[in-house]
Amino acid sequence: MSTLSERILDAPAGDYVDRKVDRAFACDGTGMLALEAWKSMGASNLSHKTEFSLFFDHIAPANNTPTATLQHELREFAKSSLMRFSDIGGGICHQLMGEGIVHPGEIVIGADSHSVTLGAFGAFATGVGATDMAAIWLTGETWFRVPESIGIHLEGRFTGAAEAKDLALSYVGKLGTDGAAYQALEFIGDGVKDLSVDERMVLCNLSVEVGAKTGLFYADDVTVRYLRERGHIVKPQLSDTCTYRRDMDFDLADVVPLVAVPHRVDTVKPVEDLAGLPVDQVFIGTCTNGRYSDLARFARIVKGKKVAIRTLVVPASVTVLGQAIRTGVLADIVEAGCTLGTPGCGPCLGAHMGVLGEEEVCLSTANRNFKNRMGVGGVIYLSSVATAAASALEGEITVPEVA
Amino acid sequence: MQVEGHAVCLPADIDTDVVIAGRYLRTKDRSVWAAHVFEDLDPALAPRLKGAVIVAGKNFGCGSSREQAAIAIREAGTVAVIAPSFARIFFRNAINIGLPLIEADIICDEGAPIKINLVQGVVEVSENLYNVPTLSPHMQEILDAGGLVEYWRKRL
Repeated sequence: MSTLSERILDAPAGDYVDRKVDRAFACDGTGMLALEAWKSMGASNLSHKTEFSLFFDHIAPANNTPTATLQHELREFAKSSLMRFSDIGGGICHQLMGEGIVHPGEIVIGADSHSVTLGAFGAFATGVGATDMAAIWLTGETWFRVPESIGIHLEGRFTGAAEAKDLALSYVGKLGTDGAAYQALEFIGDGVKDLSVDERMVLCNLSVEVGAKTGLFYADDVTVRYLRERGHIVKPQLSDTCTYRRDMDFDLADVVPLVAVPHRVDTVKPVEDLAGLPVDQVFIGTCTNGRYSDLARFARIVKGKKVAIRTLVVPASVTVLGQAIRTGVLADIVEAGCTLGTPGCGPCLGAHMGVLGEEEVCLSTANRNFKNRMGVGGVIYLSSVATAAASALEGEITVPEVA
Repeated sequence: MQVEGHAVCLPADIDTDVVIAGRYLRTKDRSVWAAHVFEDLDPALAPRLKGAVIVAGKNFGCGSSREQAAIAIREAGTVAVIAPSFARIFFRNAINIGLPLIEADIICDEGAPIKINLVQGVVEVSENLYNVPTLSPHMQEILDAGGLVEYWRKRL
């Protein structure tokens, strides 16, 4: 009679526990600060308890000489420490960890807030900062306060142009930016079985935007099949009946295309309320919506047409990029007039590769629209892939047609 | 462990992008972060943080896991942050770099002197006493050591 978080952490909600970390990863941003902490601790050897990875995704390739110099030092450390290393162009840490590395039931820690994405596999996955990561490199363990959980009960199927991102924005709007602080979201109910792993990753990804420690799905046949296709045999997790601190119900058939307006993720409105708002840049990508299914959906809408404004498409990983090349999706995207970026975070965090000018408006498929995040004075609206595609063709926020 | 300073009042839902913007992250020079702390919220705020106790609204430090946010606040001279709630990664980061946090909902009086006794869980503002929650024993141990780096340096 436990929540999935309680089961994986093997303790009741509210307890403080020390736990072995199965997999831990950092990126180029947090990694360099973690390396500094690691050196200051006087540490020399990585713990053998944990499988470690390092991904260059946030500013990849480097935008200037100081960044390149810092990345050079971190790259040398990664190689000498023999941890898994993915250099520039490999893609986003959360996506790559989700391409067959993370398995159900594991405790996974990433030095990035969107590490919650990996709860889609029935793992307990959460983010920490750089110094916590350095301590995990050292000990292979960290402490947790076992979270209480909110049950997100899903039923039905998406209709019209609605997609998982719209459902994610819907629950963020209902819960607010701290509505799940210190708690976990568990996505359950009959509606889950029709959701792909990609869609589950979208729903888990946004859980940190309501302050949640993580978002989780039980591993089921969909998870088992996804991992089997990537060469891994895992078992489904049988769900337990349990009492949640709070329950929320969503009928997927009721979900409509939504937009989060500046500068808060929890300020969401139906797309039709904003229809006609001029847009300067559309950005398709990130750990939220840069997967192959997103690129394919985008391509279906823009194929044979031309985008009206600058449109940046950044695949979440080199695997995604390869698949988009092989299936012709990439050709459709490029021939529609879109610009292709190196697999990684793209301009999401405002450091390179498509930042905004003053007073420019971006419609992005990312997860954060904080003030000045993509450039000083630029404003960010967040939407689904379908809304972004329809808007790219018109040059203004546009209600997507049935996909 | 006692700290004291003058109150600097901030609103709710302060995200770490607004504490220190992504464009300033790629350096080891911590003075850069201190110089640009809260720049996108109020460019005049940074100098006022010397010896300050930040008293903020709920959900302080939400968003990105960037530890530079906690470091920037501390390097600018802030001695503690009080808020009704903190985003969990910011909470861990702050304790890990030796910046005391107090979870409490107190009325902020800009510039007023604030005294904090972290071990007893008492905050004194303009002669008003507030009882506040104390940290878990492990977190208090990390804070007492001066942060998680010092905590481990003493044990290796």
